[in-house]
Amino acid sequence: MGAIGQILHAIPVDLLIIQTVNGIVAGMILALVASGLTLIFGIMDVVNFAHGELFMLGAYLGFVVFVTTGSFWLALIGSSLIVAILGAAMQIVALRPLIGRDPLNTILATFGISLVLQNYALWQFGPVVRKIPEPIGSQFTLFYLQYPWYRILVAVLSAAIIGAFWLFLKYGKFGIWIRATAQDRTMAQAMGIPVPLVYTGVFAIGAAMAAASGVLFAPMVGVSHTMGLDWILKAFIVVVVGGMGNFVGSIAAAIFISLVESYAAIWLDPSQAVIVSFVILIMTLLFRPTGLFVTPR
Amino acid sequence: MTTAPLDKSSPLKRSLSDRAGLSHTAVFWIVFCLVMAALIAAPLILSEFWRRLLTEILIWGLLAMSSDLLIGYTGMVSFGHSAFFGLGMYGAAGALLLVNPPNLWLAILAGLAGAAGAALFVAYFSTRLRDIYFAITTLIFSQIFYVIIFTWTSVTGGENGLIFTRPHLAIPFLYNARFTSTTMHWFVLAIVAASYLVLRRVTQSPFGMVLQSIRENEPRTRAIGYRVERFKMVAVMLSGLFAGLAGALYAIQNEFAAPDFVYFLTSGETVIYNVMGGVGTLVGPIVGAGFFHLMREFLSRLFGDQFPYLIPLGIIFIVMIIFLPQGIMGFARRWLNE
Repeated sequence: MGAIGQILHAIPVDLLIIQTVNGIVAGMILALVASGLTLIFGIMDVVNFAHGELFMLGAYLGFVVFVTTGSFWLALIGSSLIVAILGAAMQIVALRPLIGRDPLNTILATFGISLVLQNYALWQFGPVVRKIPEPIGSQFTLFYLQYPWYRILVAVLSAAIIGAFWLFLKYGKFGIWIRATAQDRTMAQAMGIPVPLVYTGVFAIGAAMAAASGVLFAPMVGVSHTMGLDWILKAFIVVVVGGMGNFVGSIAAAIFISLVESYAAIWLDPSQAVIVSFVILIMTLLFRPTGLFVTPR
Repeated sequence: MTTAPLDKSSPLKRSLSDRAGLSHTAVFWIVFCLVMAALIAAPLILSEFWRRLLTEILIWGLLAMSSDLLIGYTGMVSFGHSAFFGLGMYGAAGALLLVNPPNLWLAILAGLAGAAGAALFVAYFSTRLRDIYFAITTLIFSQIFYVIIFTWTSVTGGENGLIFTRPHLAIPFLYNARFTSTTMHWFVLAIVAASYLVLRRVTQSPFGMVLQSIRENEPRTRAIGYRVERFKMVAVMLSGLFAGLAGALYAIQNEFAAPDFVYFLTSGETVIYNVMGGVGTLVGPIVGAGFFHLMREFLSRLFGDQFPYLIPLGIIFIVMIIFLPQGIMGFARRWLNE
């Protein structure tokens, strides 16, 4: 009895709850990034290596718009729109010629794009970390912490964007086109759906989602030119663990992995907590290679 | 990955040999000896700076060539060669720091051992997967090694890396002297050339043929009765060993090991060398590494040190993927044939 009591006592309940909140907030941002990535893969078999760079560019553009207009919400919308246009241009210039070739070519081409974008950001903005202030400064008390409401808002907003996108896929005309193309692109084309336009549109939507999450994330840590790679790695892990091209699976995986990483951060250095998600990935590959949240056929 | 046709009867060699009435092997050895002669003579002519650059290009070429075994011959794009390169580097560094007096051959052996360990780990897990999944998992594995090396400060020196002094160039009973930049170049050249010949032999062996048939049609190769997973594992191990050799050479040449080289960017550049030079040719990746580093040097001379050379090189890379998927070597071969 005493021993069990001691063990129970050793569990840091307050820390666990704080980290649960942190994990869910990070998980929602990650879900927003990963759902764009998985959407692009599911529709057109493109592994978008530049997705993290779109996230990073979104954050930088959000910073620029914020500095000129002073409004966070304008920054969020403006940056998403600009990155959507940029994404569409990227798709038309670099990915359209690669349609029909091995998907590995697209991973190489988007890797090239990510190099260009990352070095452009470094060249343009320099190595200094930029910061966007939080749009709402109020906080609430969570045990001994003053927890910013903004983080809760970020989680809610991310969920709202994902939810809106899901409704759009379900009921919107373009959304139905997207789903039709995902199921069978030849048939979709035969039915008169403009498949090339769908491709470009999907890439633009995915890019906008990455940019939106970049702007939402920017007040929490800051904007730097290297932030893209961290996120693309996480998003890759999420997409593989959730099942490549599986929209719901990747959202579940994003929250799951972020939670596990935040719990690990209680006992480990945050930079080492990343290894925990690597281990989850290895385990998934070994035992459920089609993804954790998919029933294997 | 769409690759150039098999290397067995390259049009260049055929057309040349038809004209001169020589066999393919003879033409190959003549060209090989000419290139070798040029590379041996190069350090005697070049200034210190260019000599060092040429040596480095050879080392990067070896790294790229090792990954060509996977990309070009087995059809698996590895985004994780920085792990093997880096482990080779840290293995060599460890041997040079721990053993007194530092021994060149021990350093290379330790580098190979380090890379072999990493390669075993990566090969075991990632060869179950194909195509993009292989690419993504190798990338993530290399990041695992990066995080470990970066955070394990007491052993690896963390962010600062390890600094050591270069061992003597010692051939037992024959020769023992400090490395000069010229002997360093010859030493690296000898190892790279030997590696090239070994890799070329491997790709032409029955084993190499199986790898190429995996690239062309994996289910059929399995149906014929080859244990595809084992062949892939050996291919990754072999590739990792040569990458580790490149890492050990780099450590010895530059007298340091740094976590930056384990970072994913090194893997990315390796893939760029391959695509630029031409996959599936072994020589192509070396040409690609040379092109990349000469362009980089050229751009930074033209626009200054701060110029983000990866922007124009990245654009060239994308354009080459779209319009010139066979790379420089593939293009040169076609052009010479016409």
